[in-house]
Amino acid sequence: MGVKKTKGPKRSAWTEVYLPEIFRGMWNTLRHIFFVKPFTVQYPEEKLKVPGFEASPPGYHGEHRLLLDEEGRPKCVACFMCQTVCPPQCIEIEAMEVDWPDRDKAPKSFKIDMLRCIYCGLCEEACPKDAIELTNQYFTISRTREDKIYDLERLTHNAPDALSYNRPEGLKPEKP
Amino acid sequence: MDLTAIEIIATLAKALVVFTAGMMCTPVLVYAERRLCGFMQDRLGPNRVGPKGLLQPIADAVKSFFKEDLLPANVDRFLWIVAPAIGIAVPILCLAVIPFGASVPLTESYTLIFQVADPDVGVLYVLGVVSLGIFCTTMGGWASNSKFPLLGSLRASAQMVSYEIAMALAVISVVMSTGSLKLSAIVAHQNTDWLGVVPEWHCFTQPLAFLIFFVAAVAENNRIPFDLPECEQELVSGYHTEYSGMRFAMFMMGEYTAIGFMSALIVTMFLGGWSLPWIQLAPASGPSWIGGLVSILVFLVKWALVAFTYIWLRWTLPRFRYDQLMGLGWKALVPLGLANIAVTAFLGVVL
Repeated sequence: MGVKKTKGPKRSAWTEVYLPEIFRGMWNTLRHIFFVKPFTVQYPEEKLKVPGFEASPPGYHGEHRLLLDEEGRPKCVACFMCQTVCPPQCIEIEAMEVDWPDRDKAPKSFKIDMLRCIYCGLCEEACPKDAIELTNQYFTISRTREDKIYDLERLTHNAPDALSYNRPEGLKPEKP
Repeated sequence: MDLTAIEIIATLAKALVVFTAGMMCTPVLVYAERRLCGFMQDRLGPNRVGPKGLLQPIADAVKSFFKEDLLPANVDRFLWIVAPAIGIAVPILCLAVIPFGASVPLTESYTLIFQVADPDVGVLYVLGVVSLGIFCTTMGGWASNSKFPLLGSLRASAQMVSYEIAMALAVISVVMSTGSLKLSAIVAHQNTDWLGVVPEWHCFTQPLAFLIFFVAAVAENNRIPFDLPECEQELVSGYHTEYSGMRFAMFMMGEYTAIGFMSALIVTMFLGGWSLPWIQLAPASGPSWIGGLVSILVFLVKWALVAFTYIWLRWTLPRFRYDQLMGLGWKALVPLGLANIAVTAFLGVVL
């Protein structure tokens, strides 16, 4: 009823002797040794190139970066939206009062524990000032756990070459 | 039998060199296999440890050395310990009678032959010692006191025994055409050219025997396409499941040294040994240094090509099913071998 009879591969005297087919297979393998270039990407000396971008596709959730305004101050107003929405609660902010014309608060310290972070991007979505974003930089190592708690200084200068995709200004690297 | 001092020293030195070469087979072949299989699969093999990954076998050896050496509780202790030792001793023993090169005149009275021993029954010795290799797999599986190794070793023993018959039949035709069992005589018989064009290697004069012997040698070494006893998908690891660390490494070394030895045997018996096609390396005027050293190089190149073919075959072909394997051995190779002997005898009388 639901059975379909198939004929299988073509078997003839030529194939049943095995040897000609074996030699065909061996020629194919030999061809792969000499004439086919390996696909291996020798990480970390080479990285996969996505056309137009440094290492990974746009919108990639890599490491965080705090953006600066025209005067070189972080755009962050310490509203605690990112800290509230963060699922693993890896952001710690301390706010301080400032007397600047456009804002009342600024972060005194801003720590993200990169090892707890799940790189979900909710902080980037929640920020009302577009002050924090996830860049496409992913390759950082450290020797201790403490090294991976990024503070304000580190976050402001993080990923200087990373392209900013989600900003309305377009694909320009924003150098702090 | 008078043994002069120089003979004793020369033989001991040759034995040491051949022993070292036998142990060196494993690192060289392991590295070659991993790199070549990488290239065949469109990737690079190991290339991080040392330049181009040349120190990878050393890293493997260090790893094996430092792994914990387990002695399972229910094994048959003596056999379990002895099995890998036999596995590695047998191929090195066989290497003793392979002629690696033409002779060189060491002193005025003594000609150094590049063969540790040259018995008049060289071929018989080789076939006998290769049969001892079966003990290694049988004991390893039986002593392990566990199902998968037992099945693996049963299959391995049956396979090795049946393909030995095919090997012996192929060798008989070569011996018949040579007229002697001495391996150096077999190489000397191939040292001429037919009509000055084609070298009289046995792969040209006895192509069927060459094919049978090559297939039987691959099966004897438990290499893919005949590696059912030790494959990963069928039996966890076959007869070396219960081994770890250095003992497992000795099984591996035994296997690779056996590959090296079989390649050397194939080169000796079918590919002309150390002889070059049109250049006479062992001239009738007497042995020469140049001829001797070039002949060693020639032997090594041919050996490398045969070992490459082993690796090439392994990564090209799928595995035989066990009944197909035994069918090939008994129903195809043995009758072909017998037919080859008959035809060789007939042509030997007629021509």
